[in-house]
Amino acid sequence: MTDITKEAMMPPRSFLSQDAIQVFYRLLAAFLICAVLAVLSDSFLSLGNILNVLRQASLTFFIASGLTLVVLTAGLDLSVGANVALSACIAGTVIHKTGSPALGILAGLACGGLVGLLNGVMVTALRIPSFIATYGMLWVLNGLTYWYMAGETLHGFPAGFRQIGSGYLFGLPIPVYLLLVFLGIGTLFAQRTIWGQEIYAIGANPVAARLSGIPVARRLLLVYAVSGTMAGLASIIFLSRLNSAEADIGESLTLPAIAAVLIGGTSLFGGVGTVFGTFIGALILTLVLNGMNLLSVSANWQPLVTGIIVILAVWLDMKTRRRTS
Amino acid sequence: MSDALAIEVTSPVPLLELRGISKEFPGVKALDDVSFAIFPGEVHMLLGENGAGKSSLMKVLCGAYRADAGEFYHEGKKVAIASTADAQKLGIAVIFQEFSLVPYLDIAQNIFLGREPKGRIPGTIDRRGILAAAKRVLDTIGFDIDPSTTVDKLGVAQQQMVEIAKAISQNARILVMDEPTAALSDRETELLFALIARLKADGVSIVYISHRMAEVFALGDRITVLRDGRRIDGVRPADVTPDQLVRMMVGRNVDMTYPRNFADKPGELLLEVKGLSSSTGISDINIEVRRGEIVGLCGLVGSGRSEVARAIFGADPTSAGEIIFDGKSMSGEPDLAARRGIALIPESRKSEGLALLRSVSDNLVVSALRKLFPSGLFDQRAAQRASDCLIRQLRIATPSARQTVGLLSGGNQQKVVIGKWLAAGSKLFIFDEPTRGIDIGAKSEIFALIDRLVAEGAAALMISSEQVEICHVCDRAYVMREGRIAGHLTRNELTEENIVRLGMHHA
Repeated sequence: MTDITKEAMMPPRSFLSQDAIQVFYRLLAAFLICAVLAVLSDSFLSLGNILNVLRQASLTFFIASGLTLVVLTAGLDLSVGANVALSACIAGTVIHKTGSPALGILAGLACGGLVGLLNGVMVTALRIPSFIATYGMLWVLNGLTYWYMAGETLHGFPAGFRQIGSGYLFGLPIPVYLLLVFLGIGTLFAQRTIWGQEIYAIGANPVAARLSGIPVARRLLLVYAVSGTMAGLASIIFLSRLNSAEADIGESLTLPAIAAVLIGGTSLFGGVGTVFGTFIGALILTLVLNGMNLLSVSANWQPLVTGIIVILAVWLDMKTRRRTS
Repeated sequence: MSDALAIEVTSPVPLLELRGISKEFPGVKALDDVSFAIFPGEVHMLLGENGAGKSSLMKVLCGAYRADAGEFYHEGKKVAIASTADAQKLGIAVIFQEFSLVPYLDIAQNIFLGREPKGRIPGTIDRRGILAAAKRVLDTIGFDIDPSTTVDKLGVAQQQMVEIAKAISQNARILVMDEPTAALSDRETELLFALIARLKADGVSIVYISHRMAEVFALGDRITVLRDGRRIDGVRPADVTPDQLVRMMVGRNVDMTYPRNFADKPGELLLEVKGLSSSTGISDINIEVRRGEIVGLCGLVGSGRSEVARAIFGADPTSAGEIIFDGKSMSGEPDLAARRGIALIPESRKSEGLALLRSVSDNLVVSALRKLFPSGLFDQRAAQRASDCLIRQLRIATPSARQTVGLLSGGNQQKVVIGKWLAAGSKLFIFDEPTRGIDIGAKSEIFALIDRLVAEGAAALMISSEQVEICHVCDRAYVMREGRIAGHLTRNELTEENIVRLGMHHA
């Protein structure tokens, strides 16, 4: 029994989609934060600082963009940070051993992608809930990385390779170009391909998706592999920027990436969210932390503030969405 | 029943009267000047198609909605129903289709939830008192069960009894029941009817919403028909025929015989199932479906009908046998079956057929993505154009293709599920209870649609518990019993008696 009243209470969707409205709110929030910081701090609006914010945001975004696809399917990938660490160490080793940055990049991407694929196999073939599968993978990867590195640090890479993370092109840091490229690819993939549509459908109702003829297992494999590959990409940029690799570089990466996804409006229940939203989420997170640095707020406050932003963002998201659906 | 009528005639003051109730939501008048009287000890049937305003009226009655206009009179005195507390004070209780019981508490705790008798130590509950009180309430409705049984161990019918007990314990004088027999077996329905008679005798009035004609005439003292938010008529069962009621509900003549253009000669073989077995409890299933045919799959609930459908579609793994579709052997996941041209319209639309939070358009194109966008590039506008086409073709009532599908009525949601397979160009449509929870008007539309599909060369395998529907619509039917095909009925043999006879155990 459905009633006419419910149908009536929901006005026909306006020309702006729900997603567009949610992205708009977030852009507004990012601008407000910028305005406040511009008033409070003289150095915020300096070119150097803005480029710095963008570069920082791009590192979070690379990991978070792949993660967004996983979260869109109502899954979670907790292994991304650990994946970055292992991929960076392997890429670094390959570069040291062969002297070829290209081979190193390939090894890093392959390692990341393979880990993601393994996550996908655990989730689809073994039917382990993604939260648990990737949590286990986090430990496995940490264990492998610590064993492999045995306390060593890889240091010193060819100058050409280091350009990826710290070089500039026409006045902009190279990671910012990569950010734009992958923001474009991610958005096109999610919004303008049939695989993207299928991913949304899987997240919205996995049973109905399977019974609608969507190859759910194959799409999930793809999504986890993409998430892993993006972690691999992030590992290359880290390696290049830090000019060194240690076993513990991934530990502080996973939670901020999840925060960016959530602040960006992607629902942990799946089916709702955008890659562009995640970009703004990463931007908001970076802006706030940058602002705290500029205003000389102790770094000890950063986790607390991050937590509050995540809760606030998700709460506002639920509130604004509930009103219309 | 004549006694009840006599009481009603001699007591002109209604227990509760609604005068000129209106309720508007942006864009739609859900209730438009509805007047409605409930007399003591009567069963008042409330009829109407989905979307006619029954639910809104029910929600106004129980205080969940506040009427925009209109007045309420309780035993002749003007009252206000502005909140659920007001309604409760007037003795109005609603038994919704989805129960509001807490599964892990016992019956007694559920009956007195939030009103538990206090124990001697502050903050505790008088456990013995609550059990005794619950027992007394259960006795008044003749429900013989241990009140310390947890609710999750109860069947649907028993949970309904607990809901009724809860209402009675709150001194309800008016019970509003929303399709109470929808999920009950015949035996449980009889028990419920006996309870209703008992409540009536105690002077409790019952507002009873139903889609089943038989109940309306078996139980009702009076009938109020709603359509498009307006009260169409109030009649007594003795004065009307079922056909007249249907006309009042629909506002036009509805052919209840579901006309079907039977083909002279069945087409080529489309689906051949040979010795199919699976771990879900079906074994040695042999089925043939030809183009142009609607083949019924009947049997009792639990006889394995849905399992056969799922096995053919690849949704459950098979352990033996072969599925030959369109001349080629097939085994795999649902995506393979869908690609080859099989469509499954599952029994539970909401949980298995639709992504409720996504738009009508998203749901309509989901199975046809590859067909509509062979390059792999998705175009939202093209998807919406394709959806608009289907919306017109299937006459789906929705403000736009962008409307959230969960907000449509049951019949329109079902059309969306069928529509997604039309878009995919499927050849064999497997329907699992296609008309469950759908009102009469939408039902005949859906059958007309199926008829058109098979006339154009598709085929249908239809599972239904409504034997009348099977008999009217199908070319022939298989009857299942305990996971096996118990028999096959040709068009001439297809009668309700034969279906029941084959489907019964030890027939």
